Amino acid sequence: MVGGECVFLWSHAEVLLVGAMINKRANNRMMTRLSIFAAGMFGFGFLLVPFYEKICEVTGVNNLIKPAVAVVNTQVDVSRWVSMEFDANAHGLNWEFKPVQRTMKVHPGEMVQVEYDVTNKGDRATVGQAIPSYGPNHAGPFVRKLECFCFKQQLLQAGETKRMPVQFVLDGGLPADLNTITLSYTFFEVQGASLKPTKADGVNS
Amino acid sequence: MEAVHTHADHGHHDHGHDDHDHKPTGLKRWLMSTNHKDIGTMYLWFSFCMFIVGGIMALVIRSELFQPGLQIVKPEFFNSMTTYHGLIMVFGAIMPAFVGFANWLIPMQIGAADMAFPRMNNLSFWLLPPAAFLLIGAQFAPGGGAGVGWTLYAPLSTQAGPAMDLTIFAIHILGMSSIMGSINIITTLLNMRAPGMTLMKMPMFCWTWLITAYLLVAVMPVLAGAVTMTLTDRHFGTHFFNAAGGGDPVLYQHIFWFFGHPEVYIIAIPAFGVVSQVIPAFSRKPLFGYASMVYATASIAILSFMVWAHHMYTAGMPVQAQLYFMYATVLIAVPTGVKVFNWVATMWRGSLTFETPMLFALGFLFLFTLGGFTGLVLSITPVDVQLHDTYYVVAHFHYVMVAGALFSAFAGIYFWLPKWTGRMYDEKLGRIHFWLSLVFFNLTFFVQHFLGLAGMPRRIPDYALQFAEFNAISSVGAFGFGFSQLLFLYIVIKTITSGEKAPDRPWEGADSLEWTHLPSPAPFHSFVEPPVIK
Repeated sequence: MVGGECVFLWSHAEVLLVGAMINKRANNRMMTRLSIFAAGMFGFGFLLVPFYEKICEVTGVNNLIKPAVAVVNTQVDVSRWVSMEFDANAHGLNWEFKPVQRTMKVHPGEMVQVEYDVTNKGDRATVGQAIPSYGPNHAGPFVRKLECFCFKQQLLQAGETKRMPVQFVLDGGLPADLNTITLSYTFFEVQGASLKPTKADGVNS
Repeated sequence: MEAVHTHADHGHHDHGHDDHDHKPTGLKRWLMSTNHKDIGTMYLWFSFCMFIVGGIMALVIRSELFQPGLQIVKPEFFNSMTTYHGLIMVFGAIMPAFVGFANWLIPMQIGAADMAFPRMNNLSFWLLPPAAFLLIGAQFAPGGGAGVGWTLYAPLSTQAGPAMDLTIFAIHILGMSSIMGSINIITTLLNMRAPGMTLMKMPMFCWTWLITAYLLVAVMPVLAGAVTMTLTDRHFGTHFFNAAGGGDPVLYQHIFWFFGHPEVYIIAIPAFGVVSQVIPAFSRKPLFGYASMVYATASIAILSFMVWAHHMYTAGMPVQAQLYFMYATVLIAVPTGVKVFNWVATMWRGSLTFETPMLFALGFLFLFTLGGFTGLVLSITPVDVQLHDTYYVVAHFHYVMVAGALFSAFAGIYFWLPKWTGRMYDEKLGRIHFWLSLVFFNLTFFVQHFLGLAGMPRRIPDYALQFAEFNAISSVGAFGFGFSQLLFLYIVIKTITSGEKAPDRPWEGADSLEWTHLPSPAPFHSFVEPPVIK
């Protein structure tokens, strides 16, 4: 018993302990366990670093370091080929106009670039505008042109030659029975157009 | 009616013998206190001082935001004010306030003489002023206070100036204080209840603190880990949050919010506990559904560990994860709703009176629920994608933390002042404080919902012109709210110095042990021998 019979020699804490029946050992045991728990949670915070690495690896989330698969363009329909034919005419213009390539096989969804050569065989500068047409006619909406010399009037000086691109994608909704498409351009002269060459006359503008 | 220790020899006054009216004096009483009442008082006064400091920072913010344009402070200082307003209010004001309640009330409510570890209790409190000194002192570091937001996100925090290091140390200290305090509270509640007081006979306030203390012990160390990683990234060559070294800033967000979400429940749950004491007292009816209140609180606590990434919906999370966190967050509203319904059911057919504590408790009931609703709105991922980092979020958390936790603290202080001081507060002044706080609070924060919905981002010192009117209203409200709290200080001081003497049991509907077994004021040593609970 603490301090024997002389209670007045006990410390304040001992008085409280005995009178209030405080089990110091149980309290200390609780404190030890909770402190271990707190220390464990501190370690858990650091453990989260490898945890997240593993979780992101397993789920494939946001893997910025090593891409698992090569990048593949899924919009290209590699199961079918479409034969493109390229045609060129000049109407009422002394211009020589022909495609560099007469025919090409493409996949729907695949972006393609083809080129046309045009030469002004006359002795004066002229401005022309190319107008496209499609064979068969209902194939037109499926030929999505991203870039085309036909978007703008073209000014050619006397004797000048230009090589001009067309970029297009065949829409994936192209009907299955349409396997050959002809893209045909006809150059017409633009009457009364300005003959001064400006930056905007470039084929790629 | 204190149980007098039968062996006490009152003739001997050496320091080892403290009787119920013989207490140490002067510096020794406060600096070396091992008394839960004195320590509770110190926590409460400390928290009020921090409330004023954090409040002044808020008024700096609202002054700058009163009008569009940058008129009053530099943007870096504004960001620092935003950051430290948050840190000081959360860690310096609201959490210590409720720890003060815990210290005062837990031993009295379970019939214990003091906390399990009175000296560790002292350390827990006295760690706080140095931490506050670091947080306030950080403003004067080279480069000014760290303008990183209270969430201290990397990579801004890993690159901030020296103030960031002071802030990190302050958080370490605050964390240790909280963890030790929580160990004390858990041990006291589990081991030192009076004979006959089973866990399910404990007052609800004690239950809420038992649950909160477990949450604290679990997540405060995780915050310590996060800020330690920030510290080592800054100074010791680690790269936890640095992509160039193979780390990831989003990792910080995960670690922080694993702490951060339970943290908001650490703030809210003791507030629930206070309200669960006040509402039954002024309804003169027992708390409705005591067992379901316990289970609901425990469910909220457990669920709070599983929802953290609802703070991160826009961080680049895959949609499956967003969906999981959305469903889990919505789920937390269920036990919370149970509690709200039970408080209302407690009042149903009760004999109600509306003294100041009850006014604040009812303000809590209505406005915390409103804040909960805006939280539900934010939990829906596609909505949050629009509202994240806007003033809608600011409105949401101020509703739950100010109109929620702070109003509950006011309710508790008015409720228990008679027991602590032996004097009644001035009821008329108390009501004025309530109505002023209510009106100005809503003026300040209700319009912020609209600002957020209209697209005003948070943490900005200047804003587009279309937000001007509501910002002006909000700033006016903020100043009104701030000055109303000076009235509260006056009321408390007036009570302590010249309040009318309080009866032992001024609230006839209050029936926990401090009201039924102890005089007002409660003696320095109470329940030296435990009462027997039938």
